[in-house]
Amino acid sequence: MQATAAGAQRSDARAWALVAAASVAWIALYRTILPLWDWLVYGVVGLDPATRLGGAVHFFFYDVSKILLLLTGIVFVVTVLRSFLSVERTRALLGGRRAGLGTVLGAVFGVATPFCSCSAVPAFIGFVAAGVPLSATMAFLIASPLVDVVAVTLLVGLFGWQTAAMYVGAGLIVAIVAGTVLGRLRLERFVEGFVFETRVRGGVDPALGLTWSDRFALGRDEVEGIVRRIWPFLLVGIGLGAAIHGWLPEDLFARVAGPDNPFAVPLAVLLGVPLYTNVVGVVPLVAALQAKGLAMGTLLAFMMSVVALSLPEMVLLRRVLKPQLIGIFVAIVAAGIVGVGILFNALL
Amino acid sequence: MNVKVLGSGCANCQRLAANVQLALEHAGMTAEVEKVEDIAAIMGYGVTATPALVVDERVLVSGRVPSPTQIEALLRGV
Repeated sequence: MQATAAGAQRSDARAWALVAAASVAWIALYRTILPLWDWLVYGVVGLDPATRLGGAVHFFFYDVSKILLLLTGIVFVVTVLRSFLSVERTRALLGGRRAGLGTVLGAVFGVATPFCSCSAVPAFIGFVAAGVPLSATMAFLIASPLVDVVAVTLLVGLFGWQTAAMYVGAGLIVAIVAGTVLGRLRLERFVEGFVFETRVRGGVDPALGLTWSDRFALGRDEVEGIVRRIWPFLLVGIGLGAAIHGWLPEDLFARVAGPDNPFAVPLAVLLGVPLYTNVVGVVPLVAALQAKGLAMGTLLAFMMSVVALSLPEMVLLRRVLKPQLIGIFVAIVAAGIVGVGILFNALL
Repeated sequence: MNVKVLGSGCANCQRLAANVQLALEHAGMTAEVEKVEDIAAIMGYGVTATPALVVDERVLVSGRVPSPTQIEALLRGV
């Protein structure tokens, strides 16, 4: 036993050294990409920065490399931090709480807990069986996909920290408000009966007994998986963004969908709800459209409605929720997003 | 040895099942691998995060997809 403990310590030390080296390389790379693309696009290829083509080509390559780097760094750090939490721990933490504080915690842990919406159903049953209030359970299930690490990273890359932080705050507000409303409506009768009868055995905590090298390996796997899954969406999204950036007239949307149009936000949400696509393709478009005069609140609402409500998740949830509750769920979350969008348009 | 992969058939569950197959082949072990998709049965193991790996009725992994090498180590440990 002692030999394995010493072995684990050695491999942990090696893993830390590797992560330190990778961090230095990451920072160096992050600082070189702008001068590198300046030099390649304007110097070697000889495009003129003042022309549309030059600007768009530079925009495309610089943004793609910046976002890939940011994704690698942020997803790795977030996955390692999240490995200290698990759905089991969150459930134990939320069980038996009163609705008010429980709902706020539910939303916060929805963001912090490693969770794939494909396990929404067992998580839902486990929460209910552990005595987590319905409002907290709903807040968890709403916040989890809404404040998605990939979406937030893209916002950091394309809009900056302030907008990303605003998005996180808005996502939490939507989850807390929608969770509270859903809890108040006494909707327990629309939950399939077997959920309340399911007995959950003690269970296992997957966050237990992980070494640092295990956690780093989880982070690396997550980065690999995400980059492999999203790169086509990223290229298309930023490509379209670059085209819009270069060729669409500046004030195209300012007149029809500016902050003064009260119908812009609900319309954006109506468009976004059925649209089930990868958020990676949406954010660069949103960034390009913002530069053309579309209001920020409208765009954030559009983005949220694309990520928060997805058809596959609804189909899964149908196994534990009756159709009425799913309908109410979609309507309330959509209404919350519209509210946040209008609020931001008024404030910004 | 009896191996079960718990999960509702999502992409991660299929990856876990594939990794278990690879681990078994690499280790030269034979075992019956069963996919459990029934929610009540999954909950019966106390699993709230899928996919999960159950060997001889003991939950070894839940909520993540370990590599074939890690699974092989787990299987040898049973």
